[in-house]
Amino acid sequence: MSDPDLWGIVVVLAGAAATFLWRALGVTLSGRLRPDSPVIDLVGCIAYALLAALVARMILLPIGPLQATGLASRLVAAGVAVAVFFALRRNLVAGVVAGGGALALLASATAVP
Amino acid sequence: MREAVGAPLLVLFASYVGFGSLVRESRLSLPAGLLSTLMTWALPGQIVSVELYATGASLLTIFIAVALTNARMMPMTMTLLPLVRVPERARWRLYAASHLIAVTGWAVAMMRCPGMPPAQRLPYFVAFAATLLCGSLLGTAVGFVASGTVPPAVSLGLVFVNPVYFMLLFLGDLRDRARVLALVLGAGLAPAMHMLAPSWGLLITGVVAGGLAFALTRRRRRV
Repeated sequence: MSDPDLWGIVVVLAGAAATFLWRALGVTLSGRLRPDSPVIDLVGCIAYALLAALVARMILLPIGPLQATGLASRLVAAGVAVAVFFALRRNLVAGVVAGGGALALLASATAVP
Repeated sequence: MREAVGAPLLVLFASYVGFGSLVRESRLSLPAGLLSTLMTWALPGQIVSVELYATGASLLTIFIAVALTNARMMPMTMTLLPLVRVPERARWRLYAASHLIAVTGWAVAMMRCPGMPPAQRLPYFVAFAATLLCGSLLGTAVGFVASGTVPPAVSLGLVFVNPVYFMLLFLGDLRDRARVLALVLGAGLAPAMHMLAPSWGLLITGVVAGGLAFALTRRRRRV
C-alpha cells in the first residue's frame, strides 16, 4: 500500500470516528438531555451552514475534476435539476439524475471544439 | 425489509454512486471509499472528508469539520432510542445499533416503530438500515468503477450528483427559519472564505454562518 493510500484510509477513519462519537454520545445522554435544547439547535445550524457552504463551493468553485467544466454549465445543470425536481413533485432521484445528466451533456458539448 | 427496497434505497444508491465517483476523482482508493461508507455511514460527512482530503487539509481540520457536519447524529439517536429500547436487553446492542442511525433509516423507523410491539422495533430498524447500507456500499463500488470506465463527461456528471443531491434535499425542506438563514449565509460566505483559506474556509464558514443564523433567529424569537 502506497503512502497516499494509507493517508486516505487514515482520513476516512478519522471521519468515521468523528461521526460515531456523536451516536455513542446520543446513546449515553439519551434520557438525560432534552433533544430540543438550544445547544442542539446551534449545532444543527452549523451543520446546515457547513453543508450549504460545501454545495455552493462545489458548484461555484469546484476543486478536482469539476474544474474542467464551465461555471455556466454547472449553473445550468443545477437549474435543470431544480426544475425537474419540482416539476415531478419533488422527485429526488429524477432531479439528481437530471442534474448529473445535464452536466454530462454540457461537458461533452463544450469539450468538442 | 421489503419497505427498504423502494424509493429510499434508490435515492441512497444514486447518491452513493456519486460519492463513489467523487472518491475515484479525488484519487482515493476503492477500499477507502467502501470503508468510509461502512464506517461513517452519513453521506454529508463522507463528502466533507473526501473534499478536504483533496484540498490537502490537516487531519485535525478534517476531524472537526466532519464532526460538525455529522453532529445531528446525536439528537437523532436521542430521539430514536426511547422508541427501540427494551429494558432487559444489553446496552452494548444499543451502541452497536446506533452506528446504523442515519437520516433515511431514522426517519422511517420514527414513523413505523410506534405502531409495533416494542420487542420488534430494534430488529426492524437494524434490518432496514442494514439493507440501506448494503445498497449504499454497492452504489459506492458502482460509482467508483463507472467513473474509471465511462467517458470523462459522464463521470463529471456522476461527481456532480453530490452537490445536486444536497441542494435538492435543502430545497425540499425549507420550514425552519434558522436553518434557511444558515443555508443562505453558508452558501453566500463559502466562495470568499474558500479563496481566503482553501482548507480552513469550509470549517470557518460553517461555524460563523451557523452561529450567526442561530443568534439572529433566537433574538427575533425573544422580541
